[in-house]
Order: sequence, then C-alpha cells, then structure tokens
Amino acid sequence: MKPRHQRMLAVGLALTGVAIAAAFTLRAFQDNMMFFVDISDVIAGDYPRQRNFRIGGLVVDGSVQREEGSLDLRFRVTDMNCELPVSYVGVLPDLFREGQGVVAHGRLGGDGVFVADKILAKHDENYMAPEVADSLAKHVEGKTAGLRTGDTGCVTP
Amino acid sequence: MIPEIGQFALILALSLAICQGVLPLIGAHRNDTAMMSVGNTAALGQLVFVAVAFGCLTWAFVSSDFSVLYVANHSQLSLPTIYKISAVWGAHEGSLLMWILILAAWTVAVSRYSSELPESFAARVVGVLGLLSVGFLLFILLTSNPFDRLSPPAADGADLNPLLQDPGLAIHPPLLYIGYVGFSVAFAFAIAAMLSGNLDQRWAKWTRPWTTLAWMFLTLGIMLGSWWAYYELGWGGWWFWDPVENASFMPWLIGTALIHSLAVTERRGLFKSWTLLLAITAFSLSLLGTFLVRSGIIVSVHAFATDPTRGFFILAFLAVVIVGALILYAWRAPSLDSDAGFGLLSRETFLLLNNVLLVVAATLVLMGTLAPLVIELLNGGKISIGPPWFEVAFLVPMIPLVLLLGVGMHTAWRKQDARPWVALLRIPAIAAVLLGIIIPLMFYGRTSLLMVVGVSAALWIIATSLIQPIRSIRRKDGSTGITRSALGMSVAHLGMGLFVLGVTITSAFNVESDRALTPGQSTEVGGYDFEMVELRNVEGPNYSAIEAEIEIRRDGEFVATVRPQKRQYLVQKNWMTEAGIYVTWNKDLFVALGDQLGNGAWSVRVQYKPMIRFIWFGAIIMALGGLVAVSDRRYRLKARKTSAAGQSVAESA
Amino acid sequence: MSRYVLPLVVVIALIAFLMIGLQRGDPRALPSPYIGKAAPNFELPTLNDPDVTVASQDLEGNFALVNVWATWCPGCRTEHPFLMQLAREDSIPIYGINWRDTRPEAQRWIAQLGDPYVASGFDETGRVGIDWGVYGAPETFLLNADGIVVHKHLGPLGREAWERDFLPLINAGGAAR
Repeated sequence: MKPRHQRMLAVGLALTGVAIAAAFTLRAFQDNMMFFVDISDVIAGDYPRQRNFRIGGLVVDGSVQREEGSLDLRFRVTDMNCELPVSYVGVLPDLFREGQGVVAHGRLGGDGVFVADKILAKHDENYMAPEVADSLAKHVEGKTAGLRTGDTGCVTP
Repeated sequence: MIPEIGQFALILALSLAICQGVLPLIGAHRNDTAMMSVGNTAALGQLVFVAVAFGCLTWAFVSSDFSVLYVANHSQLSLPTIYKISAVWGAHEGSLLMWILILAAWTVAVSRYSSELPESFAARVVGVLGLLSVGFLLFILLTSNPFDRLSPPAADGADLNPLLQDPGLAIHPPLLYIGYVGFSVAFAFAIAAMLSGNLDQRWAKWTRPWTTLAWMFLTLGIMLGSWWAYYELGWGGWWFWDPVENASFMPWLIGTALIHSLAVTERRGLFKSWTLLLAITAFSLSLLGTFLVRSGIIVSVHAFATDPTRGFFILAFLAVVIVGALILYAWRAPSLDSDAGFGLLSRETFLLLNNVLLVVAATLVLMGTLAPLVIELLNGGKISIGPPWFEVAFLVPMIPLVLLLGVGMHTAWRKQDARPWVALLRIPAIAAVLLGIIIPLMFYGRTSLLMVVGVSAALWIIATSLIQPIRSIRRKDGSTGITRSALGMSVAHLGMGLFVLGVTITSAFNVESDRALTPGQSTEVGGYDFEMVELRNVEGPNYSAIEAEIEIRRDGEFVATVRPQKRQYLVQKNWMTEAGIYVTWNKDLFVALGDQLGNGAWSVRVQYKPMIRFIWFGAIIMALGGLVAVSDRRYRLKARKTSAAGQSVAESA
Repeated sequence: MSRYVLPLVVVIALIAFLMIGLQRGDPRALPSPYIGKAAPNFELPTLNDPDVTVASQDLEGNFALVNVWATWCPGCRTEHPFLMQLAREDSIPIYGINWRDTRPEAQRWIAQLGDPYVASGFDETGRVGIDWGVYGAPETFLLNADGIVVHKHLGPLGREAWERDFLPLINAGGAAR
C-alpha cells in the first residue's frame, strides 16, 4: 500500500471507530443516565416515571424500622423540606446511619414508597455527596427565606 | 527537628531539580558536555534528598510524632507498625511525596542505564524529567506540605482510614505510581526526540523497555486495586467504573496502545508521529487522573481529601506540560511521514486496528467519566453514568480487539500470504468456537450469545498465544527458537485470554444473595450450604470485631470454614466489613457480614464467584509477559560506564 | 499540517472546560442560608454537666463563635489547637456544639486536648445541627451581638481564614457600635 492509501485507511478506520462509538454512546447514555431528583420534586410528582433514578438526603432520626430478624428495611429520607419513605431489602453499607447523608438508587412504587435497589456508601464518614449537600442547601435556604414550597404541600417537621 | 530536616531536604531537592531541568537542556542545545553531565549528578542528588524527606516522614509516622499535622491526621498510637509505614502514602500529601520519590528513582535509573543513547539525547531526557520534578516539588511545597506542624501536638492521632489498613492497599499505590510515573519516562523520551529533531527508529528501541516496564507496574497496580476493592469494600465486585478507577485505567489503555505502536515504529519506522502522540497522551492521562482524583471536580466514592487550590495547581501544571508538548508535536510531527508501505494483510494493519480500538476504548471511558461534569455545566441536572453503560460501551471496541488479537499475532510484517495463514489459524478458531459453546453448557448448565462470544474469544486468544511457544519447544535442532520479546508477547496475550475467561464466566454465573441468618441456621447459594455456626467477639490491635464462623458444605460434605468479621475501629468509630472468602482455583465462596437484624439474626451477603481468580491471575500473567519482553537481549540495558563519560569529556576537550 | 494541530486544539478545549468546572467551586462550599439572619434558637444540656443548659440567649450581647465539633471528625482535631489559641487570646467567646457524639468520648477529648469553649452544648441526636443547617463537622459560625449569623466557615478553622474572613467582620461590627 502506498503511504497515502495507508494514511487514508488509518483515518478511515479511526473515523469509523469514533462514529460508531459516538452513535452508540449517545444512544446508550440516554438509557443509562441516572438522574438525581430532589425529594421535594419526587413528592411533587416531578420524577422520571419509566426508569430508575437517584435520591439523596439525610436519614430521618428514628425512622429506621426493621422487621425483627428480616432483611426488610424501611426508613425516611429528608431534604429538610419533604420526607420520602424508602424501602430496601438487603445488606446495608457500613456508613449507613440515622442522621447521616444517604444516596439511594431505585424507583418510586405505586404506594409512594421509594423502592431502593442500591444504597450508596461513601468511604469517608465526614463526606457528603455534593448533590445531597446541594439539595439540602436549597431547601434550608428556601425554608429560612420564608419561601414555603407550597405546591408540594410539604412542611418541615 | 526531623520534620524540618525533611522539609529542608525537599527544598534542596527542588533547587537540584531546577539545575537538572535547565542545565542539561541548555547543554544539549549548545553541545556542551560539561553542562549535560550536570543532569546526572543533579538527578542523583535529588533522589538522595527526596529519599531523606521520605525517610523523615516515615520516621515521624513510626515514632508517632503527632506534632506533625499529617501524622496526627492519619496515624494513631495503636496502629500496627506496618500500617504506620503504609500510612505515609495513605493520603494526599504523603502519596505526592512518594510520587516524587519514584520520579527521582526512575530518572536516576534512566540516567544510569543510558549507555546506548547519544549523550545529548540522554541529557534532554534527564532535563525533561527534571522539569516535571520541579512541577511536582513546587506542588508539594506550595500546596501540600506533609511536614506542616501542629501546635500544640495532639495526644493521639485521628487514625488511618480503616479501609486503608490492609496489606493489599499498602502496596497498591506504590505499584500504581511506579506505573504512572514510568509513563513520564516515555514522555520525556518523546520530548527529547522532538527537541533533537532526530526521530529515527532507534528512538523507539530505546523507549520500548522503559514503557513496557511502566506498563507492567501499572498493570500490577490496577490489578491489586481491583483485588483490594473485591475483598475490602466491594461486597464482591471487582471493578466499579468509579472515576478513580477510570483515572488509572485510561493511561493503561493508552499505554497498551503505545507498546504496540512502538513495536511498529521500531520494526518498520512507521507510525512515528502517532507513537509520539500516544507517549504524550499516556502521560497526560496520568496527570489528568491525578487532577480528577485530587481536585474534587468529579464525585467519587474514593473521597480523597479534595481541595480546589490543589486542583487549580495540577490543572495549571497539566496545561503547561501538555500544551507545551503538543505545540512541539505540531511543529515536529509533520516532518515524520514515512514512505514505507505495508500490505492490507500484514502485522502493521492489525497493530493499527489494535491502536484504533484501544484509543476508542479509552475515549469512551473518558467520555463516561466526564459526562456528569459536562451535563452539570450545561445545566442538564445532576446525573451519574452507571457501570451498566461502561460495561456495554466497553464491549464495543473490546470484542473486535480480542478477536483480532489472535490473528494479528500470527501475521507477518509487510505482507502476509493468506493461504498458510488460514491453514494455521483454522484449527484453533474452530476449536475455540466449539469449546466456547460446550464449556458453559457442560460446567454451568446454560449459555447465551455473549457467553459463547466471551468464552470463544478467551480460548481463541489462549490457543493462538500458545502456538509460538509450543513450536519453539518442539524444535529440537539447536536453532534459535523464540525470542524473549516474542515470548513476552505470547505470555502477555495468554494472560489477556485468562483474564477474558475469568471476566466472562464470573459475570455470567456469579450468584449473589442477601440472607438473614441466626446461629445454627443455614442457607443455600450456588449449590453450597452456608451454616452460621456461631458468633463471637474478637479483639484486634486497634479494633474490636464481631466474627461469624460459617461452615460451608456441599451435599452434606464439609468444604471449608470462613470467618467474616464486622470490625469497629476504636478511634474513628466506623464499622468495616471484612469478608470471609474461601478460595479455590476455579471459584470463590464469599461471605460478608451485614448488620444485626434483631432476634439474634444477622444479614449476610453470600456469593458464589466462579473463575474470579482468573481475572487477577490473568493480569499477573500479562505483567509477567511484559517482564519477559523487557529481558530480550535487544533491550538489555547497559549501565553508562564512568570511563565512557570521562572519555567523552576528553574528546570534547 | 492541520491534523497535527488537532490534538492541541482538543486539549486546550478540555483544559478550558475543566477550568470552568473547577471555577464552579468547591461543591462543599455551600451558601449558608443563615447569613444575615438570626441564628436558630437552641437549648442544649452542656457537655460537662447534663443538668446545666446552654441556650441562644447566652450568646447575645457580644460577638461569639459557635463551633460544631465531634470526636469522630479528623478536621476537628486539626482545628483544635487554633481554637485553643483563640481562647487564650480571649478575644471572642467560643461556644461549642458537640454534634452526634458520645458524652464520655467528648469529655475525654476535652480533658486530653484542652477546652477552648465557654460551654459546649451536647447535641447527641444532631437535631440542633439540622436546625443550623450543619452539613458536616467542623463548621464555625460567627454571630454578632444581636445573634445574627454574619459568617459561616466550613471545615477546619485556621489563622489565615480567621484573619481574612472573621476579623474584618468583627472589627467592622465593633466600629459600628
């Protein structure tokens, strides 16, 4: 092959590869993006219906309930404005605690309970996921500014 | 006093690094031998001073000197000595110091084993490495001083993060950094070649052993990280596509492409500019990885203490280094076109495909890693890209890559005649496909298209990579047989085959289940019965733990006892899970203790992981292949003789 | 020629983009909702004596620092020596909120490392922490004489941040008075 053909082959192959990858990526991104949704928005009904999403906030103190001897767990998560009940079956990460930040993957059940299939742990107790911190900040701010997010109907306990 | 000595040693190292970064480059430009030889001496001195600093910090840890802030934050009196030592590189400041130490060590190694290099070339390499070292030393001195004092001293330290109190993690970062930093050698060779403007094939020959060594360490480092994640925090997963993991994986992918492209450049003088670009990219991605991990720009579960100032510094450094390198590239590369051609069916074509696919793979990983940031900045909300995307996206370039690999290995340079080639490969191909269909069905009782593809591909690589070594053993008449370099390639590809086999089988047939168990109860997972015999309290040096004794049986017959623990570390108070794992060559039985459920019951995660060891074993074999290849006579590194230096001084005089 | 410049263009774009990402700032540097507003009321038993309480009113009449700390928090250990220095300088009363901790642990900490606080409220459940919008320890609030939050510092407090962010506010407040 002549050098020129060679180069054309190389460029052609590279372009094909990138094109396939790009097309594929865009398509697959759509299916695999996991949105983080504020709990207040979930309560207000503003969340992706057909797919999983993530929520986060603080685990409400005293809300963790477990049926004796079973893996079924229920707790509530708050963004300082609304609270959302969450159910989960399985082993919890080491850093799951009442009063601590938590991120859960899953979807909203018909009964308004968020069914988590994954509870996220962080390596460091002192660290809060930025999206959780943002979400809390937003609502704490709203609360003190006297902006009751009336449409959601949530009142801070 | 000792910490101040360390600090002072770092400042001295910085001044030597400046000498090392400036004088040899000027010397090489002016062809001034005396100035060029300053570099080697400065590099050695720098290594000594950085080692002194590292020693001082280690001493501060071992002697529990809590008047040093870094020590007070990452150690504790009752921490076992081995972890006091590994705590030195357990967090940002110390790991940066280790990075600098390794860079200095690589530099001295390169300057010592450079007898084959023209003097000006060696001087430029040492100079470029010196400039990189200046950057890192400034970084540590200005933003991340490990010797900062704490006054008054703390009575006791805050302890090392319990996750890091583990032998696997003690040696994972050093290996990883040896790999990362090793790519800076390849980078320095590329820059030196472009500065000299003399880019012949010898450049590739000189670069190859260093690149392969760096790649080998990076492979081992990533493998250890994956293994550690598996038993320490992964609840049985071995790769999470976390940004921090991706940060180490992208340089690996590009480094792998670089190794292959260097082969073409060395053998045929082709792809020169492309190889240069890969050498720059591999190192750039190491820097980018450091940036992503330590700036806090991307959310990761590996929460390194993040700091935007540090992020800004690394980004600025990264910008200077990469932009500088690429300007040089844009200037020099156009003159490197080669006239040599090759046939469509030739080793060159396959290596080209290898490169394209590896670069596509690295690009996909980069896209997935940066996508959340892009979308957030475009105000598209907060999203995350989960492992499912990476798993599928990554297969797109990987399947053709592994299939072509077996073919490419047996294709001649320049032009391959199709007929003998088909004759050679036909049998392994048919065998691999047949066994790929049969094996899953026979051993695991079910199959799918992806599994057939995976197992066939693995067997195909294994078979084709064994052809050459077997032939050379069978050849009886004392002819030369296989070269070390070719043997290394076969071994590394064999490792790849084992890895693919492990990944395919473990992801397809892994059984995972969360159960509630009380002492005396048992549960069945993957054909094994797990009985919780008893629970007891155990005291460790700096933790107390609850330990479960779990007996594993198959069809009533005793298999093993595992003892998973739930530890509470006394200082930081957090709970840690220590899995109990029973290991055989073809499976792991994995038990991790969850939480207390009340009524004496505990949640337990039980997993059956077939062939998972092949993942890490394959990676080790890959690294071993690298080692074999480096030992080829062609690359044997010769120490620069002192007499040679004296001689050249005499000549120039 | 142009294809050799392409990598340069890509990299410059990437760096510019990362620079913007970095400018976004520390994801943990959150705007405090309370700045310029009255600090939430609280009443807590003190760490040293469960029968004695410390409450919002105790803080009024003077500039005061409220420092949220815990023994499990490494950053608190980092800033503790500086708090001791501040206490010795006696320029401002420091109140502590011992957050989600255990009493014996916290008392031992104070005994070992020294007590910079006029009083530490013991917030075992973290309720007060939530009212104050605490994201993680350590956090330090600066309150003026009227009990208005004028500044909030996230993470370990040090001399530099003190002189840069706190002192000017205190001096300005003192002058206005």
